[in-house]
Amino acid sequence: MRLSPDEMIFWQHGFFKLNSTIAFTWGLMLVLAVGAKLITRNLTTNHKRSRWQNLLEIVVTGIENQIEEVGLKNPKKYIGFLGTLFLFVALASLCTVIPGYEPPTGSLSTTAALAICVLVAVPMFGIEDQGVGTYLKSYLEPTFIMLPFNIISEVSRTLALAVRLFGNMMSGAMIIGILLTITPFIFPIVMTVLGLLTGMVQAYIFSILAAVYIAAATRTRKPKPARVRQT
Amino acid sequence: MDSMTVIAVASIVTAGITTGFGTMGPALSEGKAVSTALTSLAQQPDASATITRTLFVGLAMIESTAIYCFVVSMILIFANPFWNQVLSAATAEAGK
Repeated sequence: MRLSPDEMIFWQHGFFKLNSTIAFTWGLMLVLAVGAKLITRNLTTNHKRSRWQNLLEIVVTGIENQIEEVGLKNPKKYIGFLGTLFLFVALASLCTVIPGYEPPTGSLSTTAALAICVLVAVPMFGIEDQGVGTYLKSYLEPTFIMLPFNIISEVSRTLALAVRLFGNMMSGAMIIGILLTITPFIFPIVMTVLGLLTGMVQAYIFSILAAVYIAAATRTRKPKPARVRQT
Repeated sequence: MDSMTVIAVASIVTAGITTGFGTMGPALSEGKAVSTALTSLAQQPDASATITRTLFVGLAMIESTAIYCFVVSMILIFANPFWNQVLSAATAEAGK
């Protein structure tokens, strides 16, 4: 009973292991990068565009709209990070239809890495938007006693992101594995479809939560209006 | 009962109870969340995009507690450190 794709090892030399998590992650990165490069080679703005460019435009404008709805005023600044998160997790889950493929997000290492990326990106965007002093002062809001709790909430948000994605992906793969030993005819296919659905929902959730955290960090605080003396 | 039996029984029972409780709470609260979302959708259908998105985000947060319980159960059944340690000690004893 394989608990994670880390245990499927392709090649080993002493300490260095090439397990399926690393192999499939690099495969996904290759597909995403090469695909994007090939599609954006000849971009046109007239009606004669390739269907791949159309597909990419739908995806990119969809993500931009979602980022704007969350509250980030300038989505082009954030779409590089948030869009990549969404596309990577979504493609990792979609490729489950390929036989012999294990989603690399079913390993806690991958999801922890993605969550740590978000943990680093939120202060980065916050400092870029507000400056170091203002951003660090936001940890003292509403009172300075809340400083440890704010820090703990940052850490626990990251942990929750990682475990949520890992648990959803791992449970999908494990349920299919268990069902294959019990009712190997049609029920595992139904569970695979359910796994695809939860994979896409989890990809959306991951990127939306990252967007919400960044929006909370870059929210410009309106300066308090000067009090007008009533005479 | 020797320690091996105690550890096995405790792990199995705890795994079952963890999954049982872990599915009850989130199911109840997700039902309430969806019903409230449906009510507000019926009252304001043109806010459906916002309501749907917020519903999904809320459901994911509630679901993650169920996932925590599931992960603990899986660890107890498949990657139980106490069981592994007791097992390796027992096989070392039998091998001697």
